[in-house]
Amino acid sequence: MLLNIKDLHVSIDGKEILRGLNLGVNEGEIHAIMGPNGTGKSTLAAAITGRDGYEITKGTIEYKGKIINDMEPDERANLGIFLSFQYPVEIPGVSMTNFIRTAVNSQREYRGEEPLTASAFLKKLDEKKKLVEIHSKLTNRSVNEGFSGGEKKKNEIFQMAMLEPNLAILDETDSGLDIDALKVVAKGVNALSSPENGFVIITHYQRLLDYIIPDFVHVIYDGRIVKSGGKGLALELEERGYDWIKEQFDN
Amino acid sequence: MDNEKNMNKVLDEVTSGEYKYGFFTDIETETAPKGLTEDTIRFISAKKNEPEWMLEYRLKAYKHWLKLEEPKWAHVKYPKINFEEIIFYAAPKKKKQLDSLDEVDPELLDTFNKLGISLDEQKMLAGVAVDAVIDSVSVKTTFQETLSKHGIIFCSISDAVQNHPDLVKKYLGSVVPHTDNYFAALNAAVFSDGSFCYIPKGVRCPIELSTYFRINAANTGQFERTLLIADDDSYVSYLEGCTAPQRDENQLHAAVVEIVALENAEVKYSTVQNWYPGNKEGKGGIYNFVTKRGACRGNSSKISWTQVETGSAVTWKYPSCLLLGDNSIGEFYSVAVTNNYQQADTGTKMIHIGKNTKSTIISKGISAGFSNNSYRGLVRVSKKAENSRNFSQCDSLLLGDKCGAHTFPYIKTANNSSIVEHEATTSKISEDQLFYCQQRGIDMEKAIGLIVNGYAKEVLNKLPMEFAVEAQKLLAITLEGSVG
Amino acid sequence: MLNKTENILQEHLLEYYKVNKNLLNESMLESVGNLRDEAFEYLKNNNLPTNKDEKWRSTNLEHLYSQTPGLDYKPTEYKKSLEEIFICEVHGFEAKRFSMLNGWYYSPENEKLKVFENGLIVGSIIEAQKQYPDLFNEHFNSVADYKTHGLTASNAALFKDGLFVYVPDNVVVEDTIQLIKMINKEDNMFINSRNLIILGKNSELSFLHCDDSINHSPSLLNTVTEFVVSENAHLRINKLQNLNDSTTLINSTFIKQHKNSSTKVNVITYNGGLIRNELFVDLVGEGADADLNGVYLMDKKQHIDNQVFVNHAVPNCTSSELFKGVLDDKASGVFNGYIFVARDAQHTMAFQQNNNILMSSDAKIDTQPFLEIYADDVKCSHGATVGQLDTEALFYMKQRGISHDDALLLLMFAFTAEVTSKINIEALRLSIEDMIKKRLRGELSICEKCVLHCSVPEYPMEFDIDMSKI
Repeated sequence: MLLNIKDLHVSIDGKEILRGLNLGVNEGEIHAIMGPNGTGKSTLAAAITGRDGYEITKGTIEYKGKIINDMEPDERANLGIFLSFQYPVEIPGVSMTNFIRTAVNSQREYRGEEPLTASAFLKKLDEKKKLVEIHSKLTNRSVNEGFSGGEKKKNEIFQMAMLEPNLAILDETDSGLDIDALKVVAKGVNALSSPENGFVIITHYQRLLDYIIPDFVHVIYDGRIVKSGGKGLALELEERGYDWIKEQFDN
Repeated sequence: MDNEKNMNKVLDEVTSGEYKYGFFTDIETETAPKGLTEDTIRFISAKKNEPEWMLEYRLKAYKHWLKLEEPKWAHVKYPKINFEEIIFYAAPKKKKQLDSLDEVDPELLDTFNKLGISLDEQKMLAGVAVDAVIDSVSVKTTFQETLSKHGIIFCSISDAVQNHPDLVKKYLGSVVPHTDNYFAALNAAVFSDGSFCYIPKGVRCPIELSTYFRINAANTGQFERTLLIADDDSYVSYLEGCTAPQRDENQLHAAVVEIVALENAEVKYSTVQNWYPGNKEGKGGIYNFVTKRGACRGNSSKISWTQVETGSAVTWKYPSCLLLGDNSIGEFYSVAVTNNYQQADTGTKMIHIGKNTKSTIISKGISAGFSNNSYRGLVRVSKKAENSRNFSQCDSLLLGDKCGAHTFPYIKTANNSSIVEHEATTSKISEDQLFYCQQRGIDMEKAIGLIVNGYAKEVLNKLPMEFAVEAQKLLAITLEGSVG
Repeated sequence: MLNKTENILQEHLLEYYKVNKNLLNESMLESVGNLRDEAFEYLKNNNLPTNKDEKWRSTNLEHLYSQTPGLDYKPTEYKKSLEEIFICEVHGFEAKRFSMLNGWYYSPENEKLKVFENGLIVGSIIEAQKQYPDLFNEHFNSVADYKTHGLTASNAALFKDGLFVYVPDNVVVEDTIQLIKMINKEDNMFINSRNLIILGKNSELSFLHCDDSINHSPSLLNTVTEFVVSENAHLRINKLQNLNDSTTLINSTFIKQHKNSSTKVNVITYNGGLIRNELFVDLVGEGADADLNGVYLMDKKQHIDNQVFVNHAVPNCTSSELFKGVLDDKASGVFNGYIFVARDAQHTMAFQQNNNILMSSDAKIDTQPFLEIYADDVKCSHGATVGQLDTEALFYMKQRGISHDDALLLLMFAFTAEVTSKINIEALRLSIEDMIKKRLRGELSICEKCVLHCSVPEYPMEFDIDMSKI
């Protein structure tokens, strides 16, 4: 199994957000995590990627057979975990090209590979830029600085394409995107999708799932997964909202 | 794209956090006796075979220096300097006048090769002429012939005293008088060597000029003096680099740089300061007490200072511009990094006297370890400086909770048609930025290097390419080990 | 350094102390006497401030040092009611008014101290020593530092009277406490007065401090005020300064803030020969907040100097400074802001801003917004500008038919409004805005004959242009 989360409890500042979450993702699977706001979707993403301030009080996160609970974020990334951020941060003065090259070569170094030559890197850069239809001028700018909301999200997918992770977590990547940008995101995901790679797609709406067909849909509520199903569940949620889930659960 | 490649090269190359230039070269040295008296000054002057007027100038400065007290206002602490223990003159022994590179002591050539500065014109970076100063004397100035074709004089200041006395007499001490301050007075009395440069009317200097300073001998002070004159409608870009061996005791470096820009002339002066900063416990290192000032004498002249300060145990330095000519422009771009127990009090003075004068100050301070980093800057707009304009931005970045970052701007305005604006912020690297980098697989140390270089980019971009690369490397090296 | 023998004033003060020590300590507690001795020693060994002192570079007092002003040790006898000698400009707000005349607590009824139903105590600092020695000793000299400079030392050694206010725990004082300090003496005076204001836990106080002259004699006022702001107490201070052109005022205010307390200070300077406001705020309890603001409008040869020092000694405190000034004619101004963030004072937020407009080619300003920071998890920023009124806005208004003078006035008013809008007492705010308008029109300078304390506020000027839209 690629990702295996067992009985995960996560607290922020002593407040418990995840309360015994279980989730298994096999290679080649696409999982969608849905649920109302404030139920722990983004906390899950932060816990898997090792963000500071998210304390695992109980349970395990196992990735490629290794428990990664205490691993540094960069090591997790080097093992192939990628997070598409809900709010990508701006890093003034650091050009996109330099940033992504540093990231690519850090990961290669971790795997014991030679750094990419400048020409190989540029070739790959061009290739992936085309894939996500990202404008050349964006890669010359500072990381996320002066990017529009849509550009930021496309940039996340572009980085995913460059880094070729095994497990990609998309945290609300679809929020605030117009239909064209949404298609670009989907194209990026579908291009990376392979029997070796898994996806966790966190979303509030099922809109994105029209373009990326999930194998499983989970509903998170009150820090746990309370309902799982196939693609149909997403459609049902779209139609009926979340209230019936809440009612079911609260009772 | 080139810049990108360089940047990547830099980041790839950064591997070790130690001071790379701390070696000592065993060369035969001739020194003056320890301590400072009138005899010391006569000794120096005699060694250099100076004319009487030069000796008189030195003695006048010495007498004035005796009356002064060491300045105490800077935000730095260091034990009182014992001038009795300093050797004021040290020079690699040489037997005769050097005519070609073959005659330079091979040990010396090797020293500069190790520092990455080749004095062999064939091997050096194309487009950069170097004046190499070791301890108290200039050992070699390259590309003199090429330059002389354009009428440019680029030589050691000792040579200039001998060969261009009129220019030296006219301009030496005209921007930084010997009465200016304690260390300037000391320098005027004992300066041993340095670079001299004169760009004639209408000439754009085709290559970068640079001086490379190296302190080698123990217990010596280095007091070099640089004088740069840009005549009407001329242009020059000048670079300065410096290193010193790793020693347990502190060494004093009290230099003076004077720049004169005449009508419509432009001077760009860049410094990558990498004196030995002392060890991790704060032992040793250079006291860098330097007076740098440029006078925009001519209308529409421009002087631009760019400095990357990573070395020295204590820095006390304010490269300044006197904007005398109408429409003249002064600029100051600075990145100052302090780590371990380093202390820096650095900034600038922009003195607006002419009409429509403009100045820009961009200062980026980065403190780490137990260091203290202060920006101190004066913007003065005199009553007659109509329609003048200044913009200052002074940011500080703190890495760690044991260091200090301070901002001391002084703004004095006596003209109501001028506009002066100053902004400053103090912050640390955001957790969000670090996490973002880490999530992409970049480790903490690299991430900090990346973010800091990004933070300083506005200033680094002002450096000539060759030095920008060097500077970026230095930033990353200086900060290595600063993350606990 | 100024030779001590050349400083006649200092000699005069030292001599006066030696001769009148017993008289000065009459009806004062021992603690005061001890402080005086210490301060006297300090003054013997340290000069009164001169331009050689870093913090006094741009404010020159040396013209005062050749004088021997009066230092009377007995209050002036007056029987008149406060209203007969002074009419306050500010109307329509509830205030309890107390006054000091020529440096002495002044009450025609000879009531030296008043205790209100809720336990609030207001009165003369001399009387407070008699009636509440413990309370006085607990707080007196706990905030101020007489070693700040020669004038704070001279205050400690020589002060005679001042205001004492005590707000007990949990008491919210509804009405503003207004202190009116008047100078009405023909001789050249040197007045050292000392105020002590104590806010108990969870208490609230609004304090209005007016410095006014009602004649034209030169005097040197040297005031030290200590504020103790206990846990969760909330203090508002409004200072109005309207002195004649020959008066020198050195106003040193020391504030100590404990946990979760807040202080809002507005210093409004309309007029005065030479005014130096020193504001020292010590944030010693977590969660404390200081909001410090000032407006100064100087002309002729007046000089204003605002020194604001905020010490973030502990984590999680916030402070903000906004000082704005308009300088006309040959007026000169100084702003020196100093934010100090101590090691480990994490999560500090500190802001500092000083904006100046020079109206004439002879006006000048020195501004020094300093930051000294030893903690990394902080948000600190500062800014300073010197410039003119926005010429585009000026043109825009003129194009709409507003006269040049009105347009200038509007812009200046908008410039100062950023600070005055922070004044909480509406009547006071309106009145201050009104005074500022008058001041900007040049109507309010204290001139030869007219002692202008307009008894009726004029109708608010019609400012119906929304400045934010310009």
